[in-house]
Amino acid sequence: MNKRTHSARVKGWKKRFLKNWQLYALLLPAVIYVFIFSYMPMYGVQIAFRDYRTSLGIWGSEWVGLKFFKQFVNYPNFLLLLKNTLSIGLYSIATFPCSIIFALMINEVKNVKFKKTVQMISYMPHFLSTVVICSMLTLFLNEKTGVINTIIEALGGTRQEFLTIPSLFNDIYVWSGVWQGLGWGAIIYIAALSNVPSELVDAAKVDGANRLKVIWHVNIPSILPTIVIMLVLSCGGILAVGFEKVYLLQNSLNLSSSQVISTYVYEIGIRGGQFSYSSAIGLFNNLVNVTILGIVNVVAKRLSGTGIW
Amino acid sequence: MYKIKSEKIFTGLIYVVLALLTLIMLYPLYFTVIASISEPYDVVSGNVILWPKGFTLDSYIQVFRNSEIWAGYRNSIVNTIVGTTLNLVLTIPAAYALSKKDLWGRGVFTTFFVITMYFSGGLLPTYLLVRDLDLLNKPYTLIMLGGFSVYNMVVARTYFQSSIPKSLYEAAEIDGCSRFGQFFRIAMPLAKPIIAVIALYYAVGRWNDFTTSLVYISDSDYFSLQQVLRNILMESQSALANIDASNVTAEQMVYFMRRAYLAEAMKYAIIFIASLPMLLFYPFVQKYFVKGVMIGSIKG
Repeated sequence: MNKRTHSARVKGWKKRFLKNWQLYALLLPAVIYVFIFSYMPMYGVQIAFRDYRTSLGIWGSEWVGLKFFKQFVNYPNFLLLLKNTLSIGLYSIATFPCSIIFALMINEVKNVKFKKTVQMISYMPHFLSTVVICSMLTLFLNEKTGVINTIIEALGGTRQEFLTIPSLFNDIYVWSGVWQGLGWGAIIYIAALSNVPSELVDAAKVDGANRLKVIWHVNIPSILPTIVIMLVLSCGGILAVGFEKVYLLQNSLNLSSSQVISTYVYEIGIRGGQFSYSSAIGLFNNLVNVTILGIVNVVAKRLSGTGIW
Repeated sequence: MYKIKSEKIFTGLIYVVLALLTLIMLYPLYFTVIASISEPYDVVSGNVILWPKGFTLDSYIQVFRNSEIWAGYRNSIVNTIVGTTLNLVLTIPAAYALSKKDLWGRGVFTTFFVITMYFSGGLLPTYLLVRDLDLLNKPYTLIMLGGFSVYNMVVARTYFQSSIPKSLYEAAEIDGCSRFGQFFRIAMPLAKPIIAVIALYYAVGRWNDFTTSLVYISDSDYFSLQQVLRNILMESQSALANIDASNVTAEQMVYFMRRAYLAEAMKYAIIFIASLPMLLFYPFVQKYFVKGVMIGSIKG
């Protein structure tokens, strides 16, 4: 009896597999690729707990437990790194209303041609590479030759080498990011706004609401779920401050603001060859990110009923 | 009466603010272009702000004499075309398979992919793996890495699920069409718009990528255009700095200054050239990108 159900189950399996084997064949290349390039490094992350030597391999290297995590926490600049990373991350998130305001303004425009032109131009910076953006910043902000300094001087200000001033690093990083992402970030809100029922808007107008009141009491509440999801998603990246842009804007003079966890990992890992230590920092960073994302998601679900999971 | 007036002011204000923002979006690009065709001396001494001064193509000639830039261009074009093809071959079939509700183990496979959006081995373990696979500094390094984006796959899967009617597949199955046949003859032709969107996403990512080249390539023959651009920018920055520091004769000084001016102006030309493919294609493909964001925002 037992044997029969077992063989029937096996038969069911086989049948389902045979029926769909071509689907599995379509899936296979991606599974192999992701296994190699995403899961094998996850397996390799154990070198964070070992004193990795290339000649000994992962398994041959001595297990040292949390040694490198302790080393990182005791690193004199640990708090500075954390502070720099957090402040850039939080500052970036704090600018998220910019795209929403931009979308709300676009939504008020009735002239189709004007609307389309503004949208098309505002999406464009999103497609420039980080190297191009940072090259422009470096050139424009240059003390002697930069156009921004030229304009500032023409307006009666004094020339400054902006990128070497640590206290300005975050502003330059974040606001150039706003410049680049404003339009692109607004797409999703513009789409959400186009779904706001017009009866709702008309009803509010009949009740005597002016346009600002319509925006505040009808439009914004309607797109709130979208706002919450976007906010939760961006919180997952608080410590995942993009390596590329920070690295490209970094110089020896602004390092006290611009050294973040990811650039430090690159510097000591790839440049310095301290594989285990930098793996430990990378792992630490990853775990903190996922934890923050999880917490924010739970809070968002409690407060508004929407979350990403 | 009062109300209508305030509404008008409100509307006017919005138009003015949006017009200003649009100008701010455009100006850096516009300035890059006018600086690249102006007389290098005028650019460096700040005479160029709104209009080009003393038209010259010297900086472009200088750029095209540079063999590193040609190599970078070639590498980036090959990486973008071949790499994007690899991306599509990996992404689209997988997205199709995962869109099938009767695929046994669908949930497990989806989780398998989605986990990698949140957890990763990190820079160093990945670097060591690439090293052990003997993929460092190879002409195909950039192509092999960055082959798959879970986000793009989810976008494609959502499209397959929501935009292609099930009855089409059922009819094909009755006619004896295999799963492969259904994919190649029904799903692929109908999914052309989303395949275009995903191809564009991947291509932009590859063209703009700098980090992969920085980390995995040290042989200048295989540098991507972005890395060449970065290196040239750093080089001539130090060239300008050297002038201030060294004590040279007046004649040498003039010569060095001229070279430094040209090197400065050349940077604008390179920035423009590096963005050119993007800017050329952009107006035509803009609506596809936007479509991709819309599909991506539907939770699958």
